[in-house]
Amino acid sequence: MTAATYFFAILFYAATALLVVGLIYKIADFARTPAPLLIPTTPAPTTTGGMVFRMFREVALFESLFKANLWIWIFGWMFHMGLFLVLARHLRYFTEPVWFWVALIQPFGLYAGFAMAAGLGGLWARRFLVERIRYISTPSDHLMLALLLGIAVTGLMMKFVMHTDIVAVKAFFLGLMRLEIQPLPEHPGLYIHLALVALLMIVFPISKLLHAPGIFFSPTRNQVDNPREARHIAAWASEFDGK
Amino acid sequence: MAGPEIKAPAFREFPTIPALQPGSMAGSQAYVASEKIQEAIGFQGKLDDDWQVTHDKAIAKMGDLLGKYRGLKVFMDSCVHCGACTDKCHYFIGTADPKNMPVARQELMRSVYRRYFTLPGKLFPSLVGAKDLTREVLDDWYTYYWQCSECRRCSVFCPYGIDTAEVTMAGRAILDTVGYGQKYSNEIIGKVHKIGNNLGLPGPALENTLEGLEEDVKDATGVDVKYPLDVHGAEVLLVTPSADFFAEPHIESLIGYGKVFHAAGISWTLSSKASEAGNFGMFIGNYDQLRKIALRIREAALELGVKRIVVGECGHAWRAAYAFWNTLTGIGAGANDPFAIELQKQLDPNYKQPSHICEVTWDLIQQGRLKFDKSANDDRIITFHDSCNVARASRMGDYAGGQFDIPRNIIKAVANNYVEMESSTIRETTFCCGGGGGVLTDELIDLRIKGALPRMEALKHVADHDGVNFMATICAICKAQFTKVLPYYGFNMRLVGGVHQLVSTAIKLGDEQ
Ligand code: HEM
Ligand code: HEM
Ligand code: SF4
Ligand code: SF4
Repeated sequence: MTAATYFFAILFYAATALLVVGLIYKIADFARTPAPLLIPTTPAPTTTGGMVFRMFREVALFESLFKANLWIWIFGWMFHMGLFLVLARHLRYFTEPVWFWVALIQPFGLYAGFAMAAGLGGLWARRFLVERIRYISTPSDHLMLALLLGIAVTGLMMKFVMHTDIVAVKAFFLGLMRLEIQPLPEHPGLYIHLALVALLMIVFPISKLLHAPGIFFSPTRNQVDNPREARHIAAWASEFDGK
Repeated sequence: MAGPEIKAPAFREFPTIPALQPGSMAGSQAYVASEKIQEAIGFQGKLDDDWQVTHDKAIAKMGDLLGKYRGLKVFMDSCVHCGACTDKCHYFIGTADPKNMPVARQELMRSVYRRYFTLPGKLFPSLVGAKDLTREVLDDWYTYYWQCSECRRCSVFCPYGIDTAEVTMAGRAILDTVGYGQKYSNEIIGKVHKIGNNLGLPGPALENTLEGLEEDVKDATGVDVKYPLDVHGAEVLLVTPSADFFAEPHIESLIGYGKVFHAAGISWTLSSKASEAGNFGMFIGNYDQLRKIALRIREAALELGVKRIVVGECGHAWRAAYAFWNTLTGIGAGANDPFAIELQKQLDPNYKQPSHICEVTWDLIQQGRLKFDKSANDDRIITFHDSCNVARASRMGDYAGGQFDIPRNIIKAVANNYVEMESSTIRETTFCCGGGGGVLTDELIDLRIKGALPRMEALKHVADHDGVNFMATICAICKAQFTKVLPYYGFNMRLVGGVHQLVSTAIKLGDEQ
């Protein structure tokens, strides 16, 4: 067994731990912090069902972004839908037997990799070409795009240029899940792919990738517009408002 | 002050997004509150001499707010710098100053948040755009958090609903805490507490004004329309912005409210204690002030024993009333605690509490209890400006979006000529008048004129093509702001007025037949 196998085994245990602990901490923090006043951006749904539907449209269709800017929407939606399918397709490395729906989407997942890379390319181009977005971009914004593009490109390379032994890759990850170490194929493309993925997992809970859990906690989107019908009281403010 | 003459920006033939002009508005600063003004409302008088002390207080306050407002915390963490909001702010469109792009305005605070509250910001500040809080940064906060009207237009377009208004409020709250308050807003808050309204109009003066108003209406119509003050046992308590008592064109709407109640036979009263619907506590993001100012209305309602509470034409006041009063004061329904029940058992559950005056008028129109001579408004070709706080932070009627339809329905019921402005400038994507959120002060006139550009362009279009000569609105700040800036764009200042001004013109008072 190679040193790389041990290195990646330890790396993925560590990255998974940081991702899980970091996300739980952050989500608990969001959930714990009260929203003392009702501030939904109106017109807003007046029922919980309506609010859930609004949230669904935001998450699945990026509705507000669509209203705001068609170019960002096209690239952004392409990237995220691609990402979603690619991740779903990757579930085959972690499940045995492979779930039915994961098997079903395998062919689509392939195009999804290209969609994801193209979307990322478009978003990155905007960071250089559009003066306003150039002004607000920080180095980390560029690095985040580079990171994701790096993952996509190395993935596509493995798929189309330098194949790797995906049966062995799967055995390695199934092994990790059972706390035993199986050999990882010696393949530079795979090494880069996996190292970047681990980095993504580590930075997820401490970066702007928090937008993924964040959107579900955004009071302008997740509150129901019913202030005249129900009295809305938050913990810290209730000591005033209750008397 | 003899400065260069202030001119309005030129109308753009094609409304393209402006190229950035960094620092173009850096010199436009609201006057700082004096020690006296600050201390009168319990804020620190001035900045500490030792910067470190200010720095520590500001960071501590920021931590406090992050723990109290989930919105602020989620907004600080979630922005991906996608840029969707960058061209949505009227102040950016009018000034081209990049710090007036909503995301850049947030970034003034987010860069400090990253530095002090996140791991990457502590370890690699320049990588993630994190910054130490310095005097220069604090000055930037003061300048640009007082160049935001908290209109929430940006929050409509952000994929996560990030509301720059909330960030602005937090910024102002921190500035107040360290003794760096804004004169205009904090002075007004002092007046509300001391005298009862934003304009500092004492009770006896109010009484005189209302008597004079009754005489004027009698002269004009021959009918005894009453404008009652502090009447115990009246059915309706009307709370309206104090500008309605004497400013033009606001007073025309006040006349209209009185005529509506008169024609419908509803007993009503104003209150000298609650002679102000506006609530500047919201503008400065101070929960305590917001609540104290709102509580005056509760007290007046309990004292007078009214059954209904109705709010006049004022944008941010309607937000405070609609969205916050139930939480802060129990004015509303659905309570199960003694504090709120005390009031709610007095209020009539058949009506929405509080109601907007437009909801009252529209209900009466639907019930056939008001009659109009629509031709009385025939000299007017009317359009409607949605006020930001009504459009994006509140509602009227029973369904989402009622706040857009009800005022328009009223206008169409009382007048024959109605024209809509360009669709991207109305309803939920309406542009702020340029004077909201605590910037309606003379020293910010340059900002106010430039911020009005998108609205003025849409108005220009319907004025040129459809002959529009009256822009109706339901906000005291919109009315004051437009009256001031319309002439800079070549319009008559009388082109703006209230919805109830139109009602007032056309309503049949019944008694004369
Ligand atoms: C609930 C799930 C998610 C939602 C609703 C969501 C939504 C969005 C939206 C609306 C944008 C702005 C438009 C754009 O630039 O694409 C965005 C940006 C971004 N998202 Fe997500 N996202 C989610 C999950 C993720 C995940 C899991 C990742 C990465 C692993 C991710 C990475 C990014 C990145 C890097 C950007 C910035 C792109 C740029 O630089 O312009 N997102 N997301
Ligand atoms: C531990 C997690 C991961 C493992 C073991 C892994 C492994 C692989 C392997 C072996 C391939 C080549 C597939 C083939 O030859 O058929 C691949 C492709 C790819 N990977 Fe990953 N990957 C992981 C995580 C990710 C993540 C998080 C992303 C996206 C952010 C990603 C994006 C891609 C893409 C776009 C492709 C090419 C298209 C495709 O085959 O679906 N991978 N990955
Ligand atoms: S709230 Fe309004 S004024 Fe403030 S940044 Fe957003 S769009 Fe501009
Ligand atoms: S639209 Fe929202 S996420 Fe995008 S830059 Fe503006 S505030 Fe940030």
